[in-house]
Amino acid sequence: MTAPLLEVSDLSVEFPQRRQRLQALDRISFTLEAGEVLGFVGESGAGKSLTGAAIMGLLEPPGRITGGRITLQGQRIDGQAESVRGRRIGMIFQDPLTSLNPLRTVGDQLVETIQLHLGMDAGAAAQRAGELLDEVGIDRGRIGAYPHEFSGGMRQRIVIALALAPEPELIIADEPTTALDVSIQAQVLALLRRLCKERGAAVILITHDMGVIAETTDRVAVLYAGRLVETGRTAEVIAAPRHPYTKGLMAATPNLDLVSVDTVLPQIPGSMPSLAALPLGCRFHPRCGDVMPVCRRTAAPFIDGVACHLYGAQTQEAG
Amino acid sequence: MPGGVMMDNAYLQVSGVSRHFDISDPFLARLLTGGARRQLTAVDNVSFSIARGQTYALVGESGSGKSTIARMIVGLERPDSGTIRFDGRTAFDERQGQVQDNSLRQKLQMVFQSPYSSLNPRWRVGDILMEPIRAFDLIADPEARRRRVHELLDQVGLSTQDAQRYPHEFSGGQRQRISIARALASNPQFIVCDEPTSALDVSVQAQVLNLLKQLQRDLQLTYLFISHDMAVVRVMAHRIGVLKNGRLVEENAAGPLIESPQDPYTRMLMESTPRFAGGAASG
Repeated sequence: MTAPLLEVSDLSVEFPQRRQRLQALDRISFTLEAGEVLGFVGESGAGKSLTGAAIMGLLEPPGRITGGRITLQGQRIDGQAESVRGRRIGMIFQDPLTSLNPLRTVGDQLVETIQLHLGMDAGAAAQRAGELLDEVGIDRGRIGAYPHEFSGGMRQRIVIALALAPEPELIIADEPTTALDVSIQAQVLALLRRLCKERGAAVILITHDMGVIAETTDRVAVLYAGRLVETGRTAEVIAAPRHPYTKGLMAATPNLDLVSVDTVLPQIPGSMPSLAALPLGCRFHPRCGDVMPVCRRTAAPFIDGVACHLYGAQTQEAG
Repeated sequence: MPGGVMMDNAYLQVSGVSRHFDISDPFLARLLTGGARRQLTAVDNVSFSIARGQTYALVGESGSGKSTIARMIVGLERPDSGTIRFDGRTAFDERQGQVQDNSLRQKLQMVFQSPYSSLNPRWRVGDILMEPIRAFDLIADPEARRRRVHELLDQVGLSTQDAQRYPHEFSGGQRQRISIARALASNPQFIVCDEPTSALDVSVQAQVLNLLKQLQRDLQLTYLFISHDMAVVRVMAHRIGVLKNGRLVEENAAGPLIESPQDPYTRMLMESTPRFAGGAASG
C-alpha cells in the first residue's frame, strides 16, 4: 500500500508564555491523497490557519511544533519545510496584494518562480509564464502589467498561477476568496479546483464558510479550539453532521433556500474559548446543547471520524 | 420595479438620489497631458422607501454604491441631487441642502461594519453609551443616566459590569453588541446597519442577526440593512433592492425577489452564493 500524499499525525503546536504553555493545536491527524481537496473549517481561533502554517513551517515564533509528524510522499517535512515550501507545497493567502511584489511585473514574478524551481532558461520560462496566465484566464498580453493594474479577482488568479508554477504536489489555500465579491469567489474557487484536479495536485482549503466547503471540497475537517472534532467525506458530513459543533455551525449559516424574514437562526451560545482558558474535558462542552457529565471531565477520543461522547456511548451500548 | 414604489406608510423615502465623485487626475497632470476632468457616478438616480418597522436591504458587490447610499441617508455624505425624507420630514433636498435638525439626527443611528474601528479604544463602554445621551441632552439626572446605560447593556445581552470595561476586552461579537447599544442610546426610530456581521464568525453572526430582529420587534425599529450576502439579506429583509454600479436593477418584497428574480444580475448573485442542502439545517 502506497503512502498518502500528505500524512499528518498527532500534530501539536504550542505557544510558550511566561507562566504557561498555550496549546494551540492538540494532536491533529489527517491524510490527503493526490488530487483531493480537503477543507478545514471552523471559526476564528479554531486552529485551521495554524495547521496550514505548521505544515508549511511558517509558525510565528514563539509558536512551535511540540509533537507529531508531517510526511509528504513518505518523507518527513516537519522541521525542514524550507526544502518543500514553494516548490512541492504552494501557498495562496487571503490578500493577493500582499502576496505579489508591487514593483515587478506579473511576468517577471512568474518567470523568476519558474526559473528558481524548475531551472528552465529565460525563454522557456517566459513561454511557460504565458501558458500559466492562459490557464488562469488572464490575457497573455498582460504579462508586462503590474499587480496594481489588475482587479482583486484577477490578482488572486495571478497568485494561483504563481503557486502552480513550480508544479507543486500540494496547495495550501488560506481563505483565498474571503476578500473577493461572491461572483468572483465562485469563479476563483472553480478555477483552483479544476487546475488542481487536472494536475493531480492536492489542496487544503482553509475557510470559515460552510457553503464554500460544501461546493468546493471532497473531504472536510472541522476544527474547534485546536482539536479536530469531525472529519469525513464532505457530502456525508453536510448531509448528516454528527458533532454538535458541526451541526451548530451549519445551522447558524443562513441558507438562502430555507430562511425567510421570520427565521430565528439557531445560534451557538457563547464564543470560542481563548487558549489561555480552555475548558476541561471536551472543549466545546460549555457551548454544547447535548452536554453530559462525562463531557466536563474528559475529552472524547477521536473515533470513526468524530470526537464526541454522544457517539462513544452509542458504540458502547451497541457493543 | 426599479423606480421604487412609494408607500403611504413609508418611514424613509429616498427619491432620485445621485452622487458623483470627481476622479480626475490632479490639476497639474491634467494640464500636462491635456486630460479632461472625469466623474464617477457612485449612486445614480436611486429611489426606494422603507415601511415603518420593517427592514429594507440593499444588496450588491463592492463598488455598487450601497455604502454611499447609507452614508447619505445618515448625513455623512451629501447627495448631489434628489430628496431624502424621514417620517414626512425633509432631511435633504436640492433647495435646502442637508437639513440641520437635532431631533431628526437623534432618530437616525448607524451600526458600522468593523466593531474594531468604530469604538473609541480609550473610552470605557459606559462612557461610549453615555455619549449620545449627553450629546442629545436626553437625561439630566446622573443616576438616571447610569440606569439607562445598564438598561442598554441588558438589551443587547451584556452585563452591567461591562460598563466599566474597555472595548479591547471584548470579542468581535460583543463589540458589535456595544455598537448596537450605542446606536440605541438616543432612542432612534431608524438604524442603518452597514454590513454589521461581515467581520464576524457565523455562530456570532447568528447571535447578532437574531438580536437585531428581536430589537426591531421590541422597539418598533426601522432598518436599512446593507450587505453583500444574499443569504443574510434573506434572513433580515422584508424588502430588497439589488444595486449594481450605483443603479437599482431590481427591487421587490423579499420573498418574490428571491424566489423569482427578474434581473440577470440578481440571478447571478444568487447562483454565486455558496449553499448546501444540509440535513441539520433544522437545527
